Amino acid sequence: MTARQVLSSVVVAAIVMFVLPVFFDVLNLTTFAAYALLALSLGFVWGYGGILCFGQTAFYGLGAYVYALTAINTGEAWSGFFLAILLPALFAAILGAMMFYGRLSDVYLAVVTLVVSLILFRFMNHTAGEQWVIGEARLGGFNGIPGFPTLHVPGDPEAYIYDENLYYFTFVVLVLCYLLTRWLLGSPFGRILVGLRENEQRIELLGYDVRARKTAAFAFGGALAGLAGCLYANAAEIITPELFGLGLAAEIIIWVIVGGAGTLIGPMIGAAVLGYLKFVLGLRAVKEVFGRENPLEATLVFGVILILFILFLPRGVVPSIQGWLGKARPGRAGAAGSGRRRRTRAERARADA
Amino acid sequence: MDLAAVVVYEILYTIAFLALISAGLAVVFGMMRVVNLAHGEFVLLGGYAAIVSHNTLGINIFVSMLVVAPLAVAVFGVVAERLIIRFLYGRLINTMLATWGLSLAMIGAFTLIFGPTTTSIKAPIGGFAVGDYSLSGYTVFIIASAIGVVLLIFGVLKYTRAGLIARGAMQSADMANAFGYDTSKVYMVTFAAGSALSGLAGGVLAPLVGIGPTAGLLYIAKAFITVISGGASVVSGLIASSGFFGIVSQAVTFATNSVIGEIGLLVAAVILLRLLPTGISGRFFRDRL
Repeated sequence: MTARQVLSSVVVAAIVMFVLPVFFDVLNLTTFAAYALLALSLGFVWGYGGILCFGQTAFYGLGAYVYALTAINTGEAWSGFFLAILLPALFAAILGAMMFYGRLSDVYLAVVTLVVSLILFRFMNHTAGEQWVIGEARLGGFNGIPGFPTLHVPGDPEAYIYDENLYYFTFVVLVLCYLLTRWLLGSPFGRILVGLRENEQRIELLGYDVRARKTAAFAFGGALAGLAGCLYANAAEIITPELFGLGLAAEIIIWVIVGGAGTLIGPMIGAAVLGYLKFVLGLRAVKEVFGRENPLEATLVFGVILILFILFLPRGVVPSIQGWLGKARPGRAGAAGSGRRRRTRAERARADA
Repeated sequence: MDLAAVVVYEILYTIAFLALISAGLAVVFGMMRVVNLAHGEFVLLGGYAAIVSHNTLGINIFVSMLVVAPLAVAVFGVVAERLIIRFLYGRLINTMLATWGLSLAMIGAFTLIFGPTTTSIKAPIGGFAVGDYSLSGYTVFIIASAIGVVLLIFGVLKYTRAGLIARGAMQSADMANAFGYDTSKVYMVTFAAGSALSGLAGGVLAPLVGIGPTAGLLYIAKAFITVISGGASVVSGLIASSGFFGIVSQAVTFATNSVIGEIGLLVAAVILLRLLPTGISGRFFRDRL
């Protein structure tokens, strides 16, 4: 990535960051920025690493819980902030090593990751009793953990970062993570990762250790997701086991599909737009339009969106637009890869059957 | 002694439960390599069909459970297959995602139609006593249904012409086509059969478990784990993995409590898949049914 690209990304991001609060509520925007970071993590792991992780919520929830528990026990935020990146990354590395050194792929990998987030969900729901305490913090079962210290100016635990400042902080972290991921993908590691997505066997025959690289990529995705969880916890100021839930796991995948796997900006846009859509569908005013307690179900809408995208626009919005632009502007074949990958995967599935 | 009988009875019930809720998914995955993530909602649809047909239309409860529920879900399955799934054959991940979308849409639709509350019907068979313990007689019916379902799948696939054609079409679609069989139709019928089995499970289980819009998650997670751990062989994989998980989860449940038992099942699944990456039947029952 050249200095010019970095500069233009930063300028665009800064404009977006200052324009959005004019139109939308700051608290919502903070949440959507956290969602976008979560989508970025899956967009990296799935879109570039070719690892379809159904349980990205495991690291997200873990990040949120690690942050809250550390913050309650230490009374300040920053050790929790860094632990919320470190521990999910470590957990992802262990889980990834277990899966990739065991040569799990496709459906089996999907099941294992899904099951891991289900285990955490079940376990956290189960911890309502008095005996479930870590240090001074009660785990709280399905009620979750409220009232933990939120982010503050380093060195001054009384000077909380909240409202607009929290939004700017979250957004800046998001942009930094995006740039870091872009840089990583441009590095030799990233290029091998993309090659591995296209043809794992060939990369392996070229002498690269595929398993170690997949594990490292998975751990990086886990770190991003953990950080997203920490940021969400600061915006929401309460965390519940729902963070591990299947509903959210499904939503992340929809964000990435709709935005476009194989890009980084696509999943982030998908997360923000669909997050906003869900918010609007849950509003009282919209409920009144439909004239009943039970509005047009957000799940129904999301399900239909997912089906339509898989059937008609499986590459997602951003790669499709890039594809149309690419026709007019030859020499940029950014989205061509994802289409080809699908076909090879289809052939493999046929061969398996 | 009585306690031992109760323990065995509970284990048998858990195995039967797992086999019942997984049978439809096993047929669809084993035969077509399609993972239907809307399976849990298909089971629920069967439950709703049985409840509506018994409570509202007043049809006999056994007819509702054993005939109406499978038929209703089979019809729904055909519609889903024609409209969505048939475009995605051979694209494993895409079918998973599209059926996940279907699952979400069905949860939303159930909530709109039936409301967010849990409904149920009364079990038609009373309990009986073993020593000091009283057991539900309906559980015996569940165990019998599970055995019946497994025998039915095995019998149809092994001994009927339709089963032979289906197996042939799955092994080599081109060859089956060359022999003049319409493979598209074979896929459709197979999917309908899998859906009917899901519906049957929902109907039969409706008196035991609450049927609510989001209850499908409970089934899909367990069924998914059972089927994937079982591997590609429909019948032997199904029996082996539901037996294994049934024993593990009940053993842990007796040692601790039911939540830990469920977590034990999930942990066992992760370890099992790590050791046998293609499922039990990928290792032990290769090329069997």
